[in-house]
Amino acid sequence: MTPDQIRREVSAWLDANWRVDRPLVEWRNILLEGGWAAPHWPEEWYGRGFTLDETAVVAEVFREKDVVPAAQVGPRGLASETILACGSDDQKGRFLRPILTGEHTWCQLFSEPGSGSDLAGLSTRAEFKDGKWIVNGQKVWNTSAHHADFGLLVARTDWDVPKHQGISYFLLDMRQPGVEARPLRQMNGHQSFNEVFMTNAEVPPEDLIGGEGNGWHVAKTTLSFERRGFSRRVRGSSLDGPKQGPIYAEYEEELRIATEPYTWYPQREGRVDLVLPRARETGAINDPATRQEIAKLICLYTGARLASDSAEARRKAGTTEIIPAGSIGKLAASVIARQASYVHTMISGADAMLSGPDSAADGIIAEVLVSVPAISIAGGTDEIQRNIISERVLGMPKGYRADQGPFRDIKRNA
Amino acid sequence: MQTEFSKEQNLLRDVVSRALRDKSPATAVREQMASDRGYDEAVWQELCGDAGLAGVHVPEAYDGAGGGAVELGIVAEEMGRTLFCGPWFASAVMAGTALLEAANESDRQPLLPGVADGSTIATLVLDDLNGPAGVGSSIRVVEDGKLSGTAAMAVDAHVADLLLVVARGVGGLGLHAVQGGASGLMVEPLQVVDPTRKLSRVAFTDVPARRVGDVTREALSRIWDRICSALAHEMIGGAQHLFETTVNYTKERYQFGRPIGSFQALKHRCADLLLEIEIARALTHHSARCLDAGEGEPYVASMAKAAAADAYMSAARAGIQLRGGIGFTWENDTHLWFKRAKASEVLFGTPAIHRERMMTMLEGAA
Ligand SMILES: Cc1cc2nc3c(=O)[nH]c(=O)nc-3n(C[C@H](O)[C@H](O)[C@H](O)COP(=O)(O)OP(=O)(O)OC[C@H]3O[C@@H](n4cnc5c(N)ncnc54)[C@H](O)[C@@H]3O)c2cc1C
Repeated sequence: MTPDQIRREVSAWLDANWRVDRPLVEWRNILLEGGWAAPHWPEEWYGRGFTLDETAVVAEVFREKDVVPAAQVGPRGLASETILACGSDDQKGRFLRPILTGEHTWCQLFSEPGSGSDLAGLSTRAEFKDGKWIVNGQKVWNTSAHHADFGLLVARTDWDVPKHQGISYFLLDMRQPGVEARPLRQMNGHQSFNEVFMTNAEVPPEDLIGGEGNGWHVAKTTLSFERRGFSRRVRGSSLDGPKQGPIYAEYEEELRIATEPYTWYPQREGRVDLVLPRARETGAINDPATRQEIAKLICLYTGARLASDSAEARRKAGTTEIIPAGSIGKLAASVIARQASYVHTMISGADAMLSGPDSAADGIIAEVLVSVPAISIAGGTDEIQRNIISERVLGMPKGYRADQGPFRDIKRNA
Repeated sequence: MQTEFSKEQNLLRDVVSRALRDKSPATAVREQMASDRGYDEAVWQELCGDAGLAGVHVPEAYDGAGGGAVELGIVAEEMGRTLFCGPWFASAVMAGTALLEAANESDRQPLLPGVADGSTIATLVLDDLNGPAGVGSSIRVVEDGKLSGTAAMAVDAHVADLLLVVARGVGGLGLHAVQGGASGLMVEPLQVVDPTRKLSRVAFTDVPARRVGDVTREALSRIWDRICSALAHEMIGGAQHLFETTVNYTKERYQFGRPIGSFQALKHRCADLLLEIEIARALTHHSARCLDAGEGEPYVASMAKAAAADAYMSAARAGIQLRGGIGFTWENDTHLWFKRAKASEVLFGTPAIHRERMMTMLEGAA
């Protein structure tokens, strides 16, 4: 469909259905029955099979009309994309709708104290007993786990096979006695991530996704969505300015809770948008050395955006080349964030020692300086992205491996 | 604005790439770089006379193929990949662009068709190769429209039938046509770091010349942009060649009982290099599309030139380092690209000059 056709169709539908006095969940149910909650999803699951560009047109109309969209913030996107790609019809039927309506929030339970980059080296244990899976172990760095209803959980179900083959993937109900999430404080002072303890936590057999022992494959699906998201914005689309009507109050409350762990995410990307305004404000724009670094940043930022658009276009055109757009985009995001942080430091000079509301840009610059280190760790470290790029794209040989054979026999953290 | 190459443009790339692989193997590059003229006239006739590669960007009215900066870039990229030796860059890119952007219509007609079909070898002579601001500092129009002054370096002037010279006259900068071998013209070949692109010192003493157009500040900036965009393409082609051959080498060379490409230090360097080249390539292709469409940031060509130069040098340094001792020998071909990378890095402005040019366009002078 052309953008104009999409505009006309969605506008007509909204004119007939959108009302500000409906309860939030009721509105979103109407929205998803109408097929406008997630237009890029397949037709049999609330969507229209739209491309991302077509979906963007729909989102634009929603913004223009101040319409509350389907719930979007946080790891729920990872959950829905994983379930859409690997789930059974029964799982899609049960989980997708409450993700879109906002009734369920999710978290990602992948990393453990003993295994982060080496995700497949995980040792959380799941055993099948008396008709259900019993889970014991610990996860860590799990963003939003403190208010999540469900978790994307990978656990080991077989210790006698090589490590990738003994993993299963579960949809874990977080609201049960055997699951406890404890917030952790980060170096930037925020508490977005948690440690999660599972003690005889239970998962019914119908919440195993992708089949027993097939968890690594499902996890890779989640990870590839996650990496791709790094080149885009993670924030929810807040409607600008105060809006009148009960539904807006409910929506703002949802956003407040859901976006709370993410308020610093734009800062970890380096706040490239603040570089020129800050340079003008401070006069650093006249310093030749600073100008050089700003120009480098503009080149990196512009070039990375163009490269990712072009990769996207080639993928749409059905290219056969291997484009790990996720890994390249994620590495680019790290490089850009580091350069931006470097430039912000140059611009601020000694003022970069200050933080808080009285410091530059209402404390935002200080937060940039202490948040950027996260971008090269979260979602797979820079080093891991370089491994992926060199091995998958460039076909460089894998190095020596010390982790083959039955998982039981592999050396790991105590 | 176009964001991908069209079918015809991809076809052009395939044809040029095949022709150059055939006509410009490393053995031919070595032969030409050691020769005085620096190119093979039979190959020139085939590529530019028969295949029309010097006129891809020239309108059909002047016997060109009617393309633009994108087509010029495609040819430049493939030439850079094979390190083609010959006056294509001087004649088609530099002189051709100057004629298109600054010559009067009545002067284009007699001059441009010869450049487009390769029968004329032309070059553009500038008395400053660092930035447009310095152009016009030495060469002047003296009595009767004659030229006097010196260009410290001119690309391929030693073989040029036609020299287009930017010189300062009473009415400001002008473009002047000078015949090769004109009286008072002295062309003195120079020793150069990159022998695949010849440079000469060109001295003018009352040399008869014809003014063929005005070179306004804007025209000079447009000429500079188009040349820099084409040069960025050439650099991307060279960087890509170095990158591919280097990665392949790491898969074949064994140390400590394993291919060196399995060492993470090398893998990570290659991954970083891929990213740097991808970004520079995207900026480079973007620059040509913007120049053709008359859209985009005003500093697209400077972004491309700065990023491509840095990426080419990164690829060149890695190309030597990852080969170890053999990479530092004359016998191994890597240094040929290294030297082209070094020379291209500084031709028409170092990366630092282009970054300052960007900032001046964006924010005004410091
Ligand atoms: C802000 C933030 C949010 C996060 N959110 C979540 C979440 O919601 N859910 C979740 O499950 N996890 C989350 N994580 C965890 C994140 O995925 C891990 O921290 C990351 O994968 C690294 O694992 P690790 O911390 O165990 O470090 P390690 O794997 O121990 O790495 C330590 C160092 O060794 C390097 N290294 C490791 N292996 C290799 C190798 N093969 N080659 C080269 N170098 C190597 C690493 O690059 C790193 O520099 C989050 C992390 C952060 C910082």
